[in-house]
Amino acid sequence: MTAEPLLAILVGVLFATATYLMLRRSLVKLVIGLILLSNAANLLIFATSGLTRGAPPLIPEGMLTPDGVVADPLPQALILTAIVISFGVLAFAVVLIHRAYEVVGADDLDEMKDTDT
Amino acid sequence: MRIEVALPVIIPLFFGALALAFWQWRGVQRVVGVVGGLSLTAAGVWLLVAVWKDGVLAMHMGGWQAPFGIVLAADLLSATMVLLTGVMGLIVALYSLVSMTRDHERFGYHPLLQLLLAGVAGAFLTGDIFNLYVWIEVLLVASFALLILGGERAQMEGAIKYVTLNLVSSLILLAAVGLTYGLFGTLNMAELAAYMGEAENTGLVTVVGVLFMVAFAIKAAAFPLFFWLPASYHTPPVAISAIFAALLTKVGVYALIRFFTLMFTEAPEVTQNILLWGSGFTMLVGVLGAAAQFEFRRILAFHSVSQIGYIIMGLALHTPLALAGSLLFILHHSIVKTNLFLISGISYFARGTHELKDLGGLYRTHPGLSVLFLISALSLAGLPPLSGFLVKLMLVRAGLEVEAYWIVAIALITGLLTFYSMVKIWAEAFWKADPRGEQAPANGPAWPGRGGLWLLYAPVAALAALAVLMGVAAEPFLQLAMAAGEQMLDVDAYVEAILGDDAR
Repeated sequence: MTAEPLLAILVGVLFATATYLMLRRSLVKLVIGLILLSNAANLLIFATSGLTRGAPPLIPEGMLTPDGVVADPLPQALILTAIVISFGVLAFAVVLIHRAYEVVGADDLDEMKDTDT
Repeated sequence: MRIEVALPVIIPLFFGALALAFWQWRGVQRVVGVVGGLSLTAAGVWLLVAVWKDGVLAMHMGGWQAPFGIVLAADLLSATMVLLTGVMGLIVALYSLVSMTRDHERFGYHPLLQLLLAGVAGAFLTGDIFNLYVWIEVLLVASFALLILGGERAQMEGAIKYVTLNLVSSLILLAAVGLTYGLFGTLNMAELAAYMGEAENTGLVTVVGVLFMVAFAIKAAAFPLFFWLPASYHTPPVAISAIFAALLTKVGVYALIRFFTLMFTEAPEVTQNILLWGSGFTMLVGVLGAAAQFEFRRILAFHSVSQIGYIIMGLALHTPLALAGSLLFILHHSIVKTNLFLISGISYFARGTHELKDLGGLYRTHPGLSVLFLISALSLAGLPPLSGFLVKLMLVRAGLEVEAYWIVAIALITGLLTFYSMVKIWAEAFWKADPRGEQAPANGPAWPGRGGLWLLYAPVAALAALAVLMGVAAEPFLQLAMAAGEQMLDVDAYVEAILGDDAR
């Protein structure tokens, strides 16, 4: 059995959990939701681009193309880039909620309605 | 190998790094900021001239041919947007020489601004949808840091909403990129455009297209996804509000135009309809939100939402004239809205408040500023002979040509309500008597000296002149926009220019 249906279910659960967490009022849960959402998106790339097990994309010596079916390395490069980016951005988000907590004095989005209209 | 395609990305990155290297030297950073803006403008002019002469240009990074390598591509739409980025960067860099406090500059305002410009230019030029995601993240990170520069409570609150919703939009974009790769096995825009008609599962393609639409509509602040914009745009220092209003939502709109003219054109009955309805609601809801506000910058922020509706309307109508109107509307809106934000900054210097009820009497004490405001405000409302009239005329005419009467009606009503909002600011801030009484000093305590004043007024006057020029001498702008509109709908030529002759 391939792992793709399992991954699809996992991605769905992660998206659902992330959405639920982001709808809560707590800032901490908001950021945890964002982290889960970014993981879900990365796994989605992994799942949709097709999984090939045990076939690294290496070209044998003396040949110009790989031998037989090999795994596609591009999605993994995309995911790696996306992980690095989301690491940086989420680090910023964590610092931001810490500062917001210090300034506002509450871990509650309902306390932060001054700039809304 | 055309180096001018890559220069608009390299230049701000270089000057950003240079400004970082002079972290302790504030004076050097300021010079670097202005020179960076100037160089980007020059590069934008070079690129636009090259594209005008030679058609769509591509640069294959590292010499790897598209679709295998990363490609930067410039058509007239991209080149015009890049030039706009340069001009706005220069104007705001000049203005911030006076308006930015020492503390803001100490925390890296100038390097961040250059980084923001690099991200914006990269997003306009890339020919690869994953790279588009990367550039959008670059500009987002820079904008996050700019938004909280100063660290006041309102900025923190606004930033939480801005950061969250923009990250959600980026992750939707990332998911859609992943699904696209799964469907087509490529991320190159030109190759996607070529393969789009051959997809077996057209339903899934449409779904992915709508995912992209949602992601970019959040970035463009279209109805019903715009709530981060009025919550955050009025909180940072005014020069930052101005550059955000000029460029950030435009990236979302640019991406919408690129995706729904080049790639996801197979199911127009779905995508164009959603865009058309969305644009109508965006125009109306934005302008009604602005009508309810009594704070200078909040009114302007809500108008940013409503004007985005016009641009999307042009995209949804999908004729050469409508697309040309959209492009000119982007230029017009960047120029005018940035100018209004800059003027709100000067009025803040004079009175120390943005609340309309506390402002007043500016016409008596600052007649020059009042005239500049009037030019920009009337242009936003669409009065002839200013730039707003020209672009609204183009969109309305395009709407009448395809017999979409109700959207034309909404556009005209929105124009009227925009006029109401602008007159409200005029009457409250400029016309009515100063609520502090006749004897109050004309200017606030932080009013800059003569030299500083010149640096505040020069960018505002330049933008006002541009708004007049776009209306009075419309012919060259019109020619450029019409050529860009034709080019956007000529997908085959774009594909051939990027992929070479062997593509279909």
